[in-house]
Amino acid sequence: MTATALDPVTLTVIQNGLQQVCNEMDLAFSRAAFSPVIAEANDRSDGIYHATTGELIAQGDLGLPVFVGTMQYSTMAVLEKIEAGETAPPEDGDVYIVNDPYLGGTHLMDVRFVAPFFHDGELFAWLANTGHWPDIGGAVPGGFSANATEVEQEGLRLPPVKLFKKGDLDREIYAIITSNIRIADQRIGDIRAQAAALTVGKRRLATMIERYGADTVKQAIDELKARAEQQMRAKIETIPDGSYEGEAVVDSDGVVDEPLFVRLTVTKQGSDLSFDLSRSSPPCQGPMNSVIATTRSSVYLAMKHIFPEVPINAGTFVPLHIADPDGTFLYARYPRPVSGCAAEVSQRIAEAVFAALVKAIPDKVTAAPAGSSGNFALGGWDPARGRAYVMYQISGGGYGGNAEHDGLSNGCSTIGISKTPPIEVVEQIYPVLFEKYALREGSGGAGRRRGGFGIDYTVRIRRGEARASFVMDHGRVGPQGVQGGGDGAPNRVTVWRDGEAYVPPHLSKDQGIQVREGDRVEVSTPGGGGYGDPLQRDPAAVARDVRRGYYSTEQARALFGVALAADGTVDAAATAALRPQSQAAQ
Amino acid sequence: MSAVVVGVDVGGTFTDLILMERGAEGPPRLGVAKVPTTVDNQAYGVLAALEAAGAELSAVAELVHGTTTTTNALLERKVAKVGLITTAGFRDVLELGRRTRPQPYGMTGRFEPLIPRELRLEVAERVDADGAVLTPLDEAAVEAACRQLLEAGCEALVIHFLHAYRHPEHERRAGEIARQVWPNAYVTLGHAILSEFREYERGTTAAVNAAVQPVLDRYLQRLASELKQRGYARELLLMQGNGGTVAAGIAAEEAVKTVMSGPASGVMAAAFTARACGVANLITYDMGGTSTDVGLIREGVPQVSSELELEYGLPIHVPMVDVHTIGAGGGSLASVDEAGLLQVGPESAGATPGPICYGRGGTRPTITDANLLLGRLDPGRLLSVDSPVSLDDLKAAFAREIGEPLGLAPDAAAAAVLRIANDRMAGAIRMVSLSRGHDPRDFALFAFGGAGPLHATALARELAIPRVLIPARPGITNALGCIVADLRHDYVRTINKPLPAVELAEVHAGFAEQTAEGLATIEREGVAVEETRALYFADMQFQGQTHLLTVALDGPEPTREALHEAFVEAYWNRFAVELPEIRPVLVNLHTAVIGRRPSVAVETLLPAEGRADRVDDARIGERPVWFQQGGWQDTPVYAREALPFDALFAGPAIVQQLDTTLVVEPGDRVEVDGHGNLIVKVGG
Repeated sequence: MTATALDPVTLTVIQNGLQQVCNEMDLAFSRAAFSPVIAEANDRSDGIYHATTGELIAQGDLGLPVFVGTMQYSTMAVLEKIEAGETAPPEDGDVYIVNDPYLGGTHLMDVRFVAPFFHDGELFAWLANTGHWPDIGGAVPGGFSANATEVEQEGLRLPPVKLFKKGDLDREIYAIITSNIRIADQRIGDIRAQAAALTVGKRRLATMIERYGADTVKQAIDELKARAEQQMRAKIETIPDGSYEGEAVVDSDGVVDEPLFVRLTVTKQGSDLSFDLSRSSPPCQGPMNSVIATTRSSVYLAMKHIFPEVPINAGTFVPLHIADPDGTFLYARYPRPVSGCAAEVSQRIAEAVFAALVKAIPDKVTAAPAGSSGNFALGGWDPARGRAYVMYQISGGGYGGNAEHDGLSNGCSTIGISKTPPIEVVEQIYPVLFEKYALREGSGGAGRRRGGFGIDYTVRIRRGEARASFVMDHGRVGPQGVQGGGDGAPNRVTVWRDGEAYVPPHLSKDQGIQVREGDRVEVSTPGGGGYGDPLQRDPAAVARDVRRGYYSTEQARALFGVALAADGTVDAAATAALRPQSQAAQ
Repeated sequence: MSAVVVGVDVGGTFTDLILMERGAEGPPRLGVAKVPTTVDNQAYGVLAALEAAGAELSAVAELVHGTTTTTNALLERKVAKVGLITTAGFRDVLELGRRTRPQPYGMTGRFEPLIPRELRLEVAERVDADGAVLTPLDEAAVEAACRQLLEAGCEALVIHFLHAYRHPEHERRAGEIARQVWPNAYVTLGHAILSEFREYERGTTAAVNAAVQPVLDRYLQRLASELKQRGYARELLLMQGNGGTVAAGIAAEEAVKTVMSGPASGVMAAAFTARACGVANLITYDMGGTSTDVGLIREGVPQVSSELELEYGLPIHVPMVDVHTIGAGGGSLASVDEAGLLQVGPESAGATPGPICYGRGGTRPTITDANLLLGRLDPGRLLSVDSPVSLDDLKAAFAREIGEPLGLAPDAAAAAVLRIANDRMAGAIRMVSLSRGHDPRDFALFAFGGAGPLHATALARELAIPRVLIPARPGITNALGCIVADLRHDYVRTINKPLPAVELAEVHAGFAEQTAEGLATIEREGVAVEETRALYFADMQFQGQTHLLTVALDGPEPTREALHEAFVEAYWNRFAVELPEIRPVLVNLHTAVIGRRPSVAVETLLPAEGRADRVDDARIGERPVWFQQGGWQDTPVYAREALPFDALFAGPAIVQQLDTTLVVEPGDRVEVDGHGNLIVKVGG
């Protein structure tokens, strides 16, 4: 089988097979995991990597989008450390643990396991996975310190070390880890689940190799890389040649109250796309820096959102040229704090990609989505139960309108696929009471296809004292409308203490806000950007939106140029009179 | 004294019927019928099937009916106008869902809640997670809301309050008030359908119930009156998604439970057949024109799940037979993508234009076309369609669409399509079984549906499944499921406490109440049952987890130790992980109360007479058929109904019958058992 070309059928079968190995790892990880962030929110990913280069071979379909591509960089970092003699070489049954953001990572909470896979005594490939741990030590529970200024404040940083040696858990390393993180007692469950997923992957990969032969599988892997590149190039060729600019704004870094700009120029030539981020803001003091692996990965996931049918392996990324944005906050080096990069900055990078490419291929790209993970953490003491707790609330927002449809309401973050926990579960576990969990009226950006709506929620602290922290974004400006559409409503946070309103100075980021029994936290999440001229929106759709209370009668008139009669139906004559007027006024 | 039992199942295309009549002596009489489904009113198809089978309705003791009325109504959104009354501050829960998107990649997606926002009204009331009342129910507001919704034209009503699984009194009181105002019986209380925490899922389940309730009720009333006119004097029984039946008179009360009843009856029939054949573990494989349903039977018991998501944003959390739908069927399209790789599905040619060989204008190759080109389906069938397509046309299409881009001859292109299709289906089956912690190699494959037996042996080989079971009548499996299913009612109630803190008295009382409710319901149905029994389950997890594991219990009064041991064992079986460090939590109590119907004589679904003496005499011809091992081979074709009982023969072979075709690969061995089922031992 060495010299001859692989038949195309075997190639597809091996492609499906590799994909399935990864999907089975994803499934095994989630089903057995403890952390709701992994089990429920699927904040994890599994993949197969090249034995000597560490390049991505296949990645699970069910993995968190932000990990597209990042894990190949952490696998490469492990390889370099071994090469340099700083990390012991692999033996069968070993599992390396690493969460160092600067070594191909995201933030400290994303803990990677990397395991060698041997076939006939020879290193055949690496299997790796990432899971978001609910805590990794550091200044604030959960790890999202909004005003950390160096990575040490963000938690425990692990270089690649062997957590499992020849299959056995190293109790000493384990003890170091559990002595440095909160709610450590449940981590053994996640560690076992994360390692078990790699074992599942090894078993399945071994079966595949046994069936098709190691040489054939290797040959297929090389060929599939070339084919993925070919497919990505075919997609890129549908974009008109030219340069397109896109921009997105991070509210602040959490420390200095100034906006950070992601400034992107995408240049398309032939079947290549170049991404230039060099005009972006310089590195920041607070935790909104992005490590390079996350920056690249954010571009990849944005492209995958635009062309979802392209499979993911190292070949997919070949035609995407991302120049290292040296000297910007998108290429953070030690000891810059980075906790916000995976959750927020990555979404701004994706938004800049959407903003640039919607100009080139408006039918394929949406207006800006809410694009925030909406992290709200509450850490406190419940006197009734005599225990400390850390509650995380994430929230969705509106998606952008697109050529065919209005945006989705309360969609998850661009980089995630996580569900929010039910209110009934949150109230069972924590001393809080939701007073409201509602669609945020009027938040969707106006457009021919309007943006989806964000949400309004209010949480009251029922017992004891606690500290509230927020890492959100889009508080300064709402998600951008495109093609003449309006922006979505920006994010809003208000903390009511003793009946007085406190608005975080940085709007969407703050930490350690003292609250106690009776105090309330109010959050309104962004709506999606509108798509196209709102004056071209079907008046009947506007009337329906008003009937549903999405917009007021006044908004229908002011934003969409639609006049409604007293019974809520469209007043055609008055609308006709409004629309040319509005158009003329533009 | 004779007893006639009839099962009639309405599918997407055909309405199938099976009739069993046991005489005082001699073998039972069997009748079957297959008529086109009448989409607008399924009752006409049901009546036509009864007529076709020559059923004398006045002599029928039991008529069991599987219907897709509720499933279709939901998928097509042809449902009743529903209003919601809910806790102040939370009317949007049903629209906001759990913050997701339909697919991991692609920032588009749409979602329309079953109850539009203007019909979702709030009233003051609030209960906390411990069941304490924080805000009393505003009763006047409930009445005012009812009137407002009636005025808006609502036909059905949902009352859904936060934490009602813990404190149902507010919903009950609101229900009393509503019933005084509401002009019909279509009032659904959230906790009454599902007494389980998770407000979005519970509320959506209740909304589904209300939305399909009037639709089902009207349908059943029409059908019952038609049947009565024709002399049927007994209670009509209806199949439910949990694989049990319910009397039509009360079916609409919990209409949501009839969703997915079609796939459930298929699995029930499989369980029944497997029991008769002495097979304990089964994967059911029902491949049709556009999709494939896969279910699991373990130790003779169909697996039940409460986590169906019918489509994006439409979770239905009542216990149902766990059937997964895979987007691959005979009509799945094959194409070569931009990477030069062959892909099959998920795009389908549907019914129009359908596969090329249907002669309805289809030009793109499908799985069915590949089966035909390779002789696995009878090429003679090409002639039976309205505007026939020639084999050469078919070859040309394969050459053009697949062969040329890949450098393959048409035959090889068709073979490649089959191989990829089987590979994908095997992958999906593996995921479905693995997600429940089962290894497909421990199972037999039960193949039915029009296309199931065409692919079954190849799939089994791919999955290392040792045996394939083809029932006597693959085309009427769902109808068979109707007549063998028992009455069944499921109840789920939330406890959600760490095991050491659970009050056992609460558990025992909970199971006792669920049992009593089930027995009372069976009593109310007025259907003859031979015996009643109950199955008890606990949904458990380790503290801190969100996934549930369902554990079967020996009885309604488990000890703490028994609960603990059962969970640890189940966890080990599923994940091969032991976690002595962490406490288990008892989340839900689940009772299934079963009323066993008098058993039906279904030993002989295929007549014993008219059979050949020797296998060779059942042979009706020979044709070239392509196999993965060995390529084209002259292959004997057998008539299924002529194969002698206890026949034994080896592949390659084709077994044809009216409603399906079985492909036996070289190396396989086929055995006909005493009931006419085919058992294929998959060779190496």
